[in-house]
Amino acid sequence: MSLRERLASGGFAVTAEISPPRGASTQRITETAQTLRTWVDAVNVTDNQGSNVRLASWAGSLALLREGLEPVMQMTCRDRNRIALQSDLLGASALGIRNILVMTGDHPKFGDHPGAKPVFDLDSVQLLWALRTMRDQHVLLSGRKLDPPPDCFLGAVENPFAPPVEFRAERLAKKLKAGAQFVQTQFVFDVPAFARWMAQVRDLGLHEQCKILAGVGAVRSVRALDYMQNHVPGVEVPAAVHTRLRKVPPAQQQAEGVKLAAEIVQQVAEIEGVAGVHLLVAGNERAVPDILQNAGTRVNDGR
Amino acid sequence: MTAASPVPVHPRLGARLAYRLQRVLQPNASYRWLAARIEENAPARKMFTAAERITKEAAFGCRMCGQCALPVTGYVCPMGCPKELRNGPCGGVGPDGSCEVYPDRRCVWVDAYDRAAAAGRTADLRLLHRPVDHRRWGQSSWLNYWQGRDEALWTSRPGPTP
Repeated sequence: MSLRERLASGGFAVTAEISPPRGASTQRITETAQTLRTWVDAVNVTDNQGSNVRLASWAGSLALLREGLEPVMQMTCRDRNRIALQSDLLGASALGIRNILVMTGDHPKFGDHPGAKPVFDLDSVQLLWALRTMRDQHVLLSGRKLDPPPDCFLGAVENPFAPPVEFRAERLAKKLKAGAQFVQTQFVFDVPAFARWMAQVRDLGLHEQCKILAGVGAVRSVRALDYMQNHVPGVEVPAAVHTRLRKVPPAQQQAEGVKLAAEIVQQVAEIEGVAGVHLLVAGNERAVPDILQNAGTRVNDGR
Repeated sequence: MTAASPVPVHPRLGARLAYRLQRVLQPNASYRWLAARIEENAPARKMFTAAERITKEAAFGCRMCGQCALPVTGYVCPMGCPKELRNGPCGGVGPDGSCEVYPDRRCVWVDAYDRAAAAGRTADLRLLHRPVDHRRWGQSSWLNYWQGRDEALWTSRPGPTP
């Protein structure tokens, strides 16, 4: 069952994120993805995550596809203008990559090439709009005809916790209007704050127009938590999470992180309008089976 | 960062005054006529464009993209966003509302939301902005606005094509 079918059937979807290597081989990501095969519906392949050069997301996605796994190809607006972005969608679709996750992308300042030219020719709303038009109206932004048009399932991201929080559900509404069919959120650590955002989402009826997957991460250590808090833009970790992890000895922190993630999966799964979870486990993919086993049956139903 | 890189700017012109000016400067037949006359005369066009640049740079940190979004962004320029986002804030805004790239500055969209909310204009922020036409950099957006060329910059109902 594809991710699109799983979501359409009303089943609980699980996706996980892996980040391609800094090197010219897809071996590691296909090996990692194999360990996830029976646990997730699809695997996200990041697009030069954190503005650090990695193997291209289309190449990683193609490698997964060849192994019989379903990729979600991430596409940022940071490195390519509208010509390259549209061309990449055609290429991805021609090769069989269906799920496309559109995001603005981190600023180059945060990566390994801080002197790079930030492109941002389109923003994420405009890119979603362009891709939907290519698929549904069979035309490019220029108005020129496409034959054949691409086939794709379009995703967006949202950070429910970043200011202006009153506007975050409205911002999601714009992405849906532009063409988003599913959404993966930023790390959820603060479940009550996430529930407040979901209430706004339901007030606007957005949960009926798209499928929302809550982002859940497994923290490996106090050090990883501090890094995330200080170096990943848009991630806020509540004090209670810091305290909880600091209380356990270093050797048990990883297990505590898995336990915490499983609890969050359980809690968000109970919130009306949540269609699944997106596990943000890049570099810690082995935690996926543990998180899902701890999280209980509804989450693992039918995979 | 070079001098040309976008930097978030808090407008010096208050939102209330800006909205009042918006009503006064709304396109009409006289402005359209005036804009056409200015545009056909090269020295007049240059002077007018220079005056716009000076005024809007002082008031809003304008970078002269030539397709002004200010009327629907609480009069905070989205082109000051380091990612030049015209459809709302990115996910990297700090918990205090700071820009992720310039932590000592406020995110333009946090600023825009506050100003639009205070003026009862949050509905403006739901509009979908079309991609920037990079050929228009350096042009007078006022001349474009008065002559009706800005009408397609944004829409409340995304039609079949962007």
